[in-house]
Amino acid sequence: MSFAVLLTVKVLAVLGLMLGGALVVIYAELKVGAHMQNRIGPYFAGGRFGWAQPFADALKFMQKEDLVPDGADDRVYKLAPYVVLMGTIGVFVVLPLSPRFVARDLDLGAFYALAISSLTTLGVLMAGWSSNNKYSLIGGLRAAAQLIAYELPLVLAVVAVAIQAGTLSISGIIEAQAAPAFSIGELNVALPYILTGQIIGFAIFVVASLAELSRIPFDMPIAESELTMGFVTEYSSIRFAMFFLAEYAGMVSMSALATAFYLGGYQLPGLSATAVEVLGPVIFISKVFLLSFLFIWLRWTLPRFREDQLQSLAWRWLIPAALLNIAITATFKVVF
Amino acid sequence: MTLADYLPIGLMMLIGIGFATGAMWVSWKIAPNVPSPEKLAPYECGIVPLQEPALRFPVKFYLVAMLFVIFDVELIFLFAWAVRFEAFGWTGIAAIGIFVALLVETLFYVWKRGALDWNVAHRDRYRRVVAEYEDEAA
Repeated sequence: MSFAVLLTVKVLAVLGLMLGGALVVIYAELKVGAHMQNRIGPYFAGGRFGWAQPFADALKFMQKEDLVPDGADDRVYKLAPYVVLMGTIGVFVVLPLSPRFVARDLDLGAFYALAISSLTTLGVLMAGWSSNNKYSLIGGLRAAAQLIAYELPLVLAVVAVAIQAGTLSISGIIEAQAAPAFSIGELNVALPYILTGQIIGFAIFVVASLAELSRIPFDMPIAESELTMGFVTEYSSIRFAMFFLAEYAGMVSMSALATAFYLGGYQLPGLSATAVEVLGPVIFISKVFLLSFLFIWLRWTLPRFREDQLQSLAWRWLIPAALLNIAITATFKVVF
Repeated sequence: MTLADYLPIGLMMLIGIGFATGAMWVSWKIAPNVPSPEKLAPYECGIVPLQEPALRFPVKFYLVAMLFVIFDVELIFLFAWAVRFEAFGWTGIAAIGIFVALLVETLFYVWKRGALDWNVAHRDRYRRVVAEYEDEAA
């Protein structure tokens, strides 16, 4: 009994924290984006700084009429938001917020996280296919081609991390980054992988996860100026809100994976094990928000790619670079 | 690792489905529902769609999918090698190196055959049109 209760509490805590993080990122997107364009952004909702804007948006979405377009494939149309949402929140199970605060640390954590996150591809394709709208269909197919093309560099970048850490468990990868890299006198200093040889891997991972999330500069699937709203054109009301939430939850989970693989997760150089035990979640979530801020910053800075440039970047640059990164990592690991 | 270790995944999925279904139930309760033929028509910038959604697609999309399948298989083998890396050493690097080299050679072949060049025909036509226009202007 107590096992079941503990498990439920853990799962609920992780889910709550991560979805709460997604709401914060939504608010940050509105506010940071506004300030980057010299606007004020949300201002009135909630009294101060418009902090309640995400909640107000959610309520507004719920009050809207839910439409299923004529000729749509009803069941697939209604199932698609669930599939997309499952693909993103499934990742949360293996994210360790501190050495003990983790829903379940699987041996195959990294592999599982990457596998389950690619479920969104299926959901997006379902949404595009079932809507009976040409914008949706083109958006869905673009999304599928983009997601599978960038899946490869993303996973290849993680293979290099797995070689360096010698494990696929996400906690194991974070613990491997706590091994002292060098010492000054008595003090052993541990460095995250981004500083100990995985800088190329980190760059590839971030670019590929931007593409996986269909964010600018890789937002061809929902290119507003060409395809109205891409695969979500026909969705309204709460179903649209589900896609919206899944997008930002996906941003949080991708940032969290990059944090765990490259930025040392809940570790901070020079912090003792007991301090990590207490401060772990704060450090982890701060790093996640830092990466999310980078994603938002890129969104408001860069213009959109063209479809052929996107494929070209994945196949001609990122995949060879990721393979080279694996070769370098493997050689260094054997030699030293 | 037993099967019970994967239980949290099922629990997370159940809670997620419950959350989504609950939100949809609330929306179903408080949202208006007065459909009309105009509302239900597929979106087409305000006009009636003249044709079914396009069913023909550039063949490049299929090519990308096929290339992906080839490299996806490579990834599975790479993971198996990466986790047991220490045990294999140079032998492992040599073995996986040959395997990856064969696949990279495939990528190179596909690259040179032009399977990765999207939209070349259109861009050629664009260049031709622009060149003709510039000739006339000169």
